[in-house]
Amino acid sequence: MEAVNKMKISFLSLPENESFARVAVSAFAVQLNPTLDILADIKTAVSEAVTNAIVHGYQGTEGMVDVEAQMHRNGLLQIIVSDKGCGIGDVEMAMQPFFTTQPEKERSGMGFSVMQTFMDRVEVHSQPGDGTKVLMEKKLIVS
Amino acid sequence: MRVEREKSTVTVFLEGELDHCNAQQIRRIMDQAIMDKGIKCLIVDMEQMAFMDSSGIGVILGRYRQLHQRGGKMMVRHMNRQVEKVFRLSGMEQLIEVV
Repeated sequence: MEAVNKMKISFLSLPENESFARVAVSAFAVQLNPTLDILADIKTAVSEAVTNAIVHGYQGTEGMVDVEAQMHRNGLLQIIVSDKGCGIGDVEMAMQPFFTTQPEKERSGMGFSVMQTFMDRVEVHSQPGDGTKVLMEKKLIVS
Repeated sequence: MRVEREKSTVTVFLEGELDHCNAQQIRRIMDQAIMDKGIKCLIVDMEQMAFMDSSGIGVILGRYRQLHQRGGKMMVRHMNRQVEKVFRLSGMEQLIEVV
């Protein structure tokens, strides 16, 4: 499937960049004329994926987070958030609602649940020591 | 961010965005607001809150637990659609009254 437009940003794993990432992707997605509700869904899902990369992937250490987005002629928006951090040992468990490795920090464990609820499709590829890649899709135009 | 107290009720007026980046700051403000054990009700006003992700769930649930332990209660009001969607996804409306 050929993309009609693409974007890619890379930034340091700083919490200040969570807002930057979600605003950048939503500004890109505006080209497909989504409703405000759909735009809010995209912003929220991107915020969760980027926060996971910063909090869990790099765990306070410095690394780069990549965010790519592609839009397709049929109105499909694909977003990939990737890091080269510590990776996830058990992806299935990590995606369970309320599962968190940091309850003492009041992490809710709802990040993947939010992504799955707010987007049409979420795939997580990860290996311990080899980073994490989260692919998310949302159909912005119903054909 | 504004905090108002009337007898045993405190209202915290949140503003802007609640994500992982500023969760700690908002947590600190809310904890100060309910530090007095005489506080039995915390109202979180979200009229000026534009965005919240799941980091906000942790902040709100943490304050709820503190109040619940002392027999108090918590309410939220004026959520926009995005914030309310995240709030309801977590099932918090079963613990915290939405007014």
